[in-house]
Amino acid sequence: MSKVMENPRSAYGETLVELGKKYPNLVVLDADLSKSTKTIMFAKRYPDRFFEMGIAEANMISTAAGLASCGKISFASTFAVFATGRVYDQIRMDIAYSNANVKIFATHGGISVGKDGASHQMIEDIALMRVLPNMVVFAPSDATQTRRIVERMATKYGPMYARVGRASAPLIYKKDDLKDIKIGKGITTKDGDDISIIACGTMVDYALDTRKLLSKEGIKARVIDMHTIKPIDKKLVLKCAKETNAMLTAEEHSVIGGLGSAVSEILAEKGCSCKFRRMGIQDMFCESGEPKDLFAKYGLSAYHIAKTAKELLK
Amino acid sequence: MLSTGWGITLKLHNDELIKKLNLTAVKIRRHIIEMLYKAKSGHPGGSLSAVDAIVTLYFYHMRHNAKKPDDLDRDRFILSKGHAAPTLYAVLAECGYFDVKELKRLREINCMLQGHPVCQHIPGIEASTGSLGHGLSFANGVALAGKLDKKEYNVYVMLGDGETDEGQIWEAAAAASHYKLNNLTGLLDRNFLQIDGNTEDVLRLESVRERWSSFGWNVIEIDGHDIQQIIDALHEADERENQPTMIILITVKGKGVSFMENNVDFHGVPPNELEYKLAIRELDTLQRKLEGI
Repeated sequence: MSKVMENPRSAYGETLVELGKKYPNLVVLDADLSKSTKTIMFAKRYPDRFFEMGIAEANMISTAAGLASCGKISFASTFAVFATGRVYDQIRMDIAYSNANVKIFATHGGISVGKDGASHQMIEDIALMRVLPNMVVFAPSDATQTRRIVERMATKYGPMYARVGRASAPLIYKKDDLKDIKIGKGITTKDGDDISIIACGTMVDYALDTRKLLSKEGIKARVIDMHTIKPIDKKLVLKCAKETNAMLTAEEHSVIGGLGSAVSEILAEKGCSCKFRRMGIQDMFCESGEPKDLFAKYGLSAYHIAKTAKELLK
Repeated sequence: MLSTGWGITLKLHNDELIKKLNLTAVKIRRHIIEMLYKAKSGHPGGSLSAVDAIVTLYFYHMRHNAKKPDDLDRDRFILSKGHAAPTLYAVLAECGYFDVKELKRLREINCMLQGHPVCQHIPGIEASTGSLGHGLSFANGVALAGKLDKKEYNVYVMLGDGETDEGQIWEAAAAASHYKLNNLTGLLDRNFLQIDGNTEDVLRLESVRERWSSFGWNVIEIDGHDIQQIIDALHEADERENQPTMIILITVKGKGVSFMENNVDFHGVPPNELEYKLAIRELDTLQRKLEGI
């Protein structure tokens, strides 16, 4: 059965338009990428509340904070690489330290950016945002979850960061699902008791494919969709560690500082002895290429995850 | 005492007003010296050069109310050069935003007054600053919100001259004129010194006036220690249509304490005991002179 695809970026743009109607104090800023981030949908509907900042991301972030200080819910968008690393100091001072109601929604995260190459493949953003006090960090797995997360971002006060990829992604949830999604509460997408695969963002779908591969060999994998990386669902991680004995994390991000790190911190501090591996980019820059080829070369395909799972369970 | 309420509530004869503001500036300078001496750290030079403009804003020009620091209609002041925090803290305390006694605990553990301004923790502080180059962008956001909400408030932001080495300042300068933010006024503390030396030797800034006007700003250049000139410039800036104004305040780093004036060694070094006593004595003398005693 072929998968139904939808682009999380479009889901973001559509949700912004809906929220714009509901919240007259919601404003959106972009840095000359509104066609790509899909904030253009909001810009067309609410031109007065959309601020085109040009190719000047630092100014965009601090301006978003200034708007927030006057009671606005500020959404600022650009590619993940420019939305975090390039403006780290602005986010640190004006958003995190100031506990400002600014929501950074980044697109084009991870290596699935593809042909643009390593300059545009942001694999450090989750680490950078996770380390900031006050910052909440999301990596939604599909268009549906993106909608729900963006809604939560608008309604709950405080600094937040979310990243999605460039490409269309298979729908994991139906359009009206996840009404009760909670910040910091992971979703057990599929159950199993041999191994837990804790994934975020695009990797949740890969984890589901992995599960199918493993089931052919009699291995039952549990798939956790950890949409919130900070605050992370500690209870769920510990539950999985207890119930499945082996655990993998999968993220389209460096294995340093992201989901894998967050999970391993929990396991280490609790003295959990479960077998554990972090799947992600292994402390290197990648290259230009088709996303599927990149996932294969850099060890993120379902085949690779399944292989690692089997090794772990030996 | 001069009103810190809405607008100019005191109908003083002009000379009397200027005198009061100058005396207030001396009081603030004394606070700064005492705070930095007590804290044994901080930035005297850039704090002292900024005093007269900030005093004029808070004690004369801006519509604000210390009892309602979150009033939606207040004029806003953002200290982009956050290392001049002692000046702003002293002014806010004297306006009644918090107890003047707090000033003596600047930079101490468990104290509200952090080394650099932080919003949401200190009444009256609009933006967390201290990493240079952010404040103008933040002020743009506040000014945009004012336009969006059809508010009458004005936004004032003080920049250091050395601070304008930062690229973000020029991103913000372009955006402010692009969005025609006539409700925004910048005050550039042009004291010609930064930590490593003269601004023209560190990274040439001149011609400052042409830079800002080429970015689409209305530019006014004044003596940044002449209260009357500051008052006039602020009024002119508020009346501007369609563009933001940059008031270039030609100032003296360390202004008010002879041995700190134009002395880069006092950029980030507090006075020792002897220097402290000398500085206070000089300020006392200045006060008596202003009072005509």
